[in-house]
Parts: sequence; C-alpha cells; structure tokens
Amino acid sequence: MAKSNIAIELINVDKHFGAVHANDKVNLSVQSGTIHGIVGENGAGKSTLMSILYGFYQADSGQIKVFDKDFRATSSRQSIEAGIGMVHQHFMLVDNFTVLENVILGSEGGAFITKSLANARIELTRLAKEYGLEVELDIAVEELSVGMQQRVEILKGLYKGAKVLILDEPTGVLTPQESDELFRIFEALKNQGVTIILITHKLREIMNITDHVSVMRAGKMVAHRETSKTNPEELAELMIGRKVLLNIKKSKAKSGKALLTAKNLKIHNEQGLKRVSGVSFEARSGEILGIAGVTGNGQGSLLKALTGILPLSQGSIEIMGETISPKHPFNPKQLRELGVAHVPEDRQKMGMIAEFSASETALLGYHNDKEINQGVWLKRSSVKANCESLMEAFDVRPNDPNLMSSNFSGGNQQKLILAREFERDPEVLIIGQPTRGVDIGAIEFIRKRIIEMRDAGKAIILISVELEEIMSLSDRIIVMCDGEITGMVDAKDANEATLGMMMANALQPQNEQQGVEL
Amino acid sequence: MTRDRRLSWINGLLLPLFNVLTAFLATGIIFLFIGVDPVEATKILIYGALGYDEGLGYTLYYATNFVFTGLAVAVAFHAGLFNIGGEGQAYVGGLGTALVALYINPAMSAWIVIPLAISGGLLFGALWAIIPAYLQAYRGSHIVITTIMFNFLASSLMVYILVNILREVGEMSPESGDFIAASWLPFVHDVFASFGYKIAKSPLNLSILVALFFSAAVWFFLWHTRWGFAIRAAGKSNEAAIYSGIDPKKIIVVTMCISGALAGLVGINELMGVQHRLFLNFNYGYGFGGIAVALMGRNHPVGILIAAFLFGILYQGGAELDFELQNVSRDIVVVMQGLVILFCGGLEYLYKPILVRFLAPVKESE
Repeated sequence: MAKSNIAIELINVDKHFGAVHANDKVNLSVQSGTIHGIVGENGAGKSTLMSILYGFYQADSGQIKVFDKDFRATSSRQSIEAGIGMVHQHFMLVDNFTVLENVILGSEGGAFITKSLANARIELTRLAKEYGLEVELDIAVEELSVGMQQRVEILKGLYKGAKVLILDEPTGVLTPQESDELFRIFEALKNQGVTIILITHKLREIMNITDHVSVMRAGKMVAHRETSKTNPEELAELMIGRKVLLNIKKSKAKSGKALLTAKNLKIHNEQGLKRVSGVSFEARSGEILGIAGVTGNGQGSLLKALTGILPLSQGSIEIMGETISPKHPFNPKQLRELGVAHVPEDRQKMGMIAEFSASETALLGYHNDKEINQGVWLKRSSVKANCESLMEAFDVRPNDPNLMSSNFSGGNQQKLILAREFERDPEVLIIGQPTRGVDIGAIEFIRKRIIEMRDAGKAIILISVELEEIMSLSDRIIVMCDGEITGMVDAKDANEATLGMMMANALQPQNEQQGVEL
Repeated sequence: MTRDRRLSWINGLLLPLFNVLTAFLATGIIFLFIGVDPVEATKILIYGALGYDEGLGYTLYYATNFVFTGLAVAVAFHAGLFNIGGEGQAYVGGLGTALVALYINPAMSAWIVIPLAISGGLLFGALWAIIPAYLQAYRGSHIVITTIMFNFLASSLMVYILVNILREVGEMSPESGDFIAASWLPFVHDVFASFGYKIAKSPLNLSILVALFFSAAVWFFLWHTRWGFAIRAAGKSNEAAIYSGIDPKKIIVVTMCISGALAGLVGINELMGVQHRLFLNFNYGYGFGGIAVALMGRNHPVGILIAAFLFGILYQGGAELDFELQNVSRDIVVVMQGLVILFCGGLEYLYKPILVRFLAPVKESE
C-alpha cells in the first residue's frame, strides 16, 4: 500500500473555532513504522489536530495525505477505513460488555452478531499473539484494570485495520510499570509496521520511546526533531517559548510539630464503597507531605475526609488540638474555621462555579466572613475588593472580578482558588492536583507559592497523580494503593522506580511496615 | 461594550423578547386558521387590557398573582429546584390566610390583622412545600413528581375542608363565611377615591404593593445576602456548595419553604383583596402560569414583573377576545400561555447562535 514511507502528511492545515486559531498552517509528516511524538501545552492545538485526522472536525484549509492518498474525513468511519485508529484519553468502552463485544462494536456486520463474534475471536487471538497484547476476551471490561482496558482500545483499533494508531495522553492513568508495559507494546507494534502517534505532555516519555518529535505551541507547529538529537530542556523551551525552571529550588524543610495526625482512618466514598482502609500519618508544620498513587486508589476520598466532605467510618484525625472521629464529625465550614485550607482536586466542579463571576468564586467557603457581611447585607463592594486583592496577590489575569469564572484559563482559575485558600493564613493546607490542566508558566508560579507556604511554617498535604510533582515538592512521600499506605519514604531517598513499585504495591512487606517515623 | 456585556444583554433581554414575539407570531397564525383577523384580535386584546381604567385594573390584578407565583418558581430555580407545586402551595396558603381572617378577634385593628393574615398565607404555603422538600433532600424523591402530586392533594384537601368544616350551616356552595372586615385589603379605586381621584372600579387592590415589596425583597435576598449566595451556589454546583460548607439538603428545605411561602401569597390578592371569603379553585391556573412567568422573566424579579404584566394582559385581553369574537373562547389564553412556555422554555436558545454571530462575534484579539 505504502509507496513512499510517509504514513501521514499534513500540509498547511488550518482550523479556526470562531476567531480562535486552533491550528495555524500546520505541517507534519509522520514516517510509516515509526513512533512519532507530539508535545505541547494544554491548548496548543494537539487535540484539534488529531480530531481533524480522526474526522471529528474538518480543516478550514490545507491538505491531508494518508499513505499518499488525499484524505478528507467527515466522520470517524472514513478515518477507520483509511487505516487510522484512535485511543482516546478517556476510553470509549461499554463497561458491562465483554472485551469481545466491545471490539466488534461498530462493526457488527448484520443483525445477528454470532458470526462476527466468532470471526472476531479468531482474529483477536491472532492479533494478540502477533503483538503481545494478551487480554481475556470473555471478561466484562469493568473487571479489567485500566492498563488492560487500554489494551482493549488498542486491539479495537487494530481489529478495524488501523495502520496508524493515535494515542492521546495514554499514560495519564497508568502506573510507571503499566506505562513501561505499554511502551513495550508500542515497540512490538512498530516492529510489525504500525505507525504510532503519541500525544503527551510528558517529556520523559517522548525521550524514552519516540523516534521523532514535533512540538506545537499556540496552534503552530514550532519544531520537528529527531528524538535522539534533542533533550528535554530544549523541548520544554520550545513548548512554552522561553526557558523554564522544571525543578523548583527549595531549601531543606524545617519541620516542626505535627499539626495534623491521622490515625487508622477508614473511609467510605459517596457510593458507600470502602476507599481507605487503615491509613495513619502525620503532617508537620514547615513540611510538605506528598501523597502519591495512581488515580482512584483512595487518595481522593482521603482528601475529602481530611476536609470534612466525607465522614470517617473509623479512626480519628487530630487537627490543631481538636479531634475528629466518626462520633464527632466536622463539616467543611468548621474545618475552615480551625485553619484548614482546601484546594480541591476537581477545580471545575468543586473549586469554583463556572457561571459565577470571579468575585463570587473567590467567596466560596468564606461567604459568612465578617469582613464582607454587614448584618444581613452581603456587601458587593467588599466582595469585589476581596477578589481584587486576591487577583493581585496571585497575578490572576485578566484581573477583572466581574468576569465569569469559566472565562479564565485553567491556570488563572487555579491561581484564583489558591489565592482564596492561601491568603486567609491557614495553618494546614490540603492541596489536590494543584497543577492539573495548568500551563507550564503557571505551574512554576503555583509550585513556588506552595513552597513559600511551607517555609512560612504551614503543614501541607499534597495529593497529586504526577509523580514528578510529588517528587519535586514533597519533603516526605506516602504512597497509596488500593486504600492502603504501601510505602512511606523521605523525598531525598525517593526515585521513580521505587515509588512506582509502591504504587502497584509490588514491594516486599518489610518496606511497607516502616511507620510514620521514616 | 465588552463581549461579556453584549452576551448578557443578549441572554437577558433580546432572547426573551424574540421568544415572546415568536410565540405571538405563532398565536397569530392560529388566529388565521380559526378565521380570526390577527390584527383585529390584537387590537381588541390590547385595548381590552390597557385601553381603559377598568381593563388596566383587571390586568394589574391578574399580574399580581403571577408576580407571586413567578417569584416562587424563580427562587426555587436558583437552588436548582423545579417547583411545579405553586398551584397547591397557593391553594393551601389561601387556607392559612382564611383561617386568620375568619377566626381572629374581629375587634382587632387592621394594622395587626392584615400582617397576621399575610403571615398565615406565607406560613401555610411554606408548610405545603416542606414535605416535598424534605423528601427530595433526605429521601431522594424527585421534587417535580412530589410537588405535582401535592397539587392534587391540596385540591382534595381543600374540597374536604370547605365542604365539611368551613362551609356555613345551611349554605349550599362549598365556601367559607365572610372574612372579618379588618382583614380586607383596600381596593385601589377606593384608595384613589379617598385622595379625591375617581377611577373605575376593578378588583385591583393593595396586594399589588405587597407583590412589589416581595419582588424587591427576593432580589435583595438572592443577590445581596449570604443566604442568597448559598442558595445560588448550591443551585449551580452541589459539589462546590458542599466544599464551601453549605449543606445542600438544608438549602433544599429552606428554599422550598421560601418558594412555597411566596406562592401562598396568591390568597391575599384573591381572598383578602377581592372575595373576602375562601372558595374553591381561587388559585386556578396561577401556579402553572407562574412557571411560564419565571421562564420568561429569566428568574429575575425585574423580568418577572415584566412577564407577569404581560400575562396579566393576556388574561384580561383574552377575556375581552372571548367576549367580542364569536369563534374565540377564553381558552385561547391557555394556548398563548402554552406557546410562551414552548418558545421561552423549550426553545429558549433558538435564536442564540444567530444573535451571537451578529451582535457579539468572537474577535481575533480576544
């Protein structure tokens, strides 16, 4: 099929959304049988570009060639026919269908599916052997681990005849070990002649796995490099257009007394499922305690319990001399009054209200404060002044308190939330995913502010799925897996490999039992 | 003007305007089908509603009811609740008003009786809303379903009470005796007369001032108190509310009480203002009309005042149409109301893309 060795070629592809120039004359050529990385910040246009390839959007102008043939997809079906498969960041799988059923979804081939199921079984067994993608076919997808579900997605693409696989942030939900397994699969696919386009913002992955890398910034393709001839610093600089400090410098922690002591916590989530079983730790003043783990291993519920959103089923939390227990619960308001600030994991849903003005979002949790209330009257002028001072302190742009919260960029929304929580001088800060979906410039700013709070003697608990973030900010690190603490290490002794092992709970028991005092 | 401002103008003013005009256009087409000249019909309707003192009085009297029920729906809406129970809350609220106005010591001054009778309406309206609210907040029964059912319950309850308890001995029709005179709200034409101005008699009474007072109060409460903030926060995002230390369950109960109380004020206009006795179905149609008014008024007190006035015009003008034209019955009002709900509610954003494209396009620089 391929006469030349170019699998996909984009020439001057241009796409506007209203007046937003999402793709500005983008050129890209991907060699067949290679792994090609595309990096860029959030909003750089990577996803738009891939959606054009996958037929979700149509380019305003420009030319696309797939295996030397002109290509213009108006639906994903045409892309599939042209040999393009896509693995989305959020899997497109029907949870209660089996693997086999999921794979034939969209290609059932007639009213009765018995025959296509049988054919698919044969074909999938072959594919699994060829590419080392073993998955049990008759198990419901919801019973599979995230890594396995991803395999199903890849199998789905291959079954439909994909010669080019596009993967959008595939490692966001994986442990480092699962990621390595994924990369091994990439190699196998590549050896069989499949072309892989990897969209990511993790430079480590780009360096480890890709052959070529293209960098996007503000809708433009700014550079193409052979991976072996570049380095992470250069790529980071290309991504944001200036030099960045990826590792924030910080002094040694001067940790003081414990401000928050958690003892044997058991926590059930909103659906009544047990998410945390028997977790103990303490957070000391002047110290950042990082809590690492793959998404969904209990960190989220722990954070909610520490901030009074979820009740404790068992155990106790001592904060600032008060004891929270199942019989003596505290609500978020009471905890705030004790001096506990909370930056929630889900900024969009919990940290702000999209339709509220910035000044009202800046009020969440503090709307009963004396400074802004006079009798029954919530003083609008004070509300505005409060927001203005927060915006100034954290350099929120645009600094307009009347602007709707959803009209700020992710980074600026997060800065406003951090300002709201930091500027009340809390003693304990509980911070979830402080830099998720935030551009690199703001990441630098936010991390510096967190360290400033530490140096001011606050106790900080940081929950993040970004290992890099945990390692660069924390002084001590706890790793959670399946609701339990599977490791506790000093940040200076931590490395990605051991943390990864702990995240998968694959370390030997003696390492697990090293208590709070490590 | 910034783009945000333009957008808020489009959302707040132009969209409802266009939607209402479309509803009227559709009504006009229906008129053509039944062989009525839409232009003539419009003339009759507008003259009947606004052209002379008495007509205007009736229009404002109807509008007063719609302000109460419109505000009731709007307050609940800001907490993310769809209160369909205005009809029943208005009915039972009327009972509260009647009980005070029937049984209070007749020697008491109107300055005491009237506020008490109004409070009776507020209290009973709130009580009728509290059970659905509790069931929604703590048992998860959907408030739309329960409030609809409570409308039927209210209806049966009131028939029972009127027939078996409040009906005067020897009286045939299911209605109470007369309220004590101190509870009567003065008619506007009487008030004017006492200042020497003579205007035509109409049922318009001083409850219109109560309606204006509560419009202002709702506006202040929702946007200028911390409780209003909490209600709006809970209405927009349950999670953000919990995060902020607001208990969404309490918000549901409190908001529905306020909503029910506002609906309960229909009785002061109908009973204390006009009929001076409690009778069957005095609330008929106002609870549901309030939904349309709130939708059209974008759940803002100013919008609700305008929408309620419009509905007053439709009610009064519709009655005139019925009277003047042979092949039009009063039900045409229900048809128009339905069309307004369709275009203001169901097809709310019909014109938005086109208006945004012409009036607030995204600019290159933004």
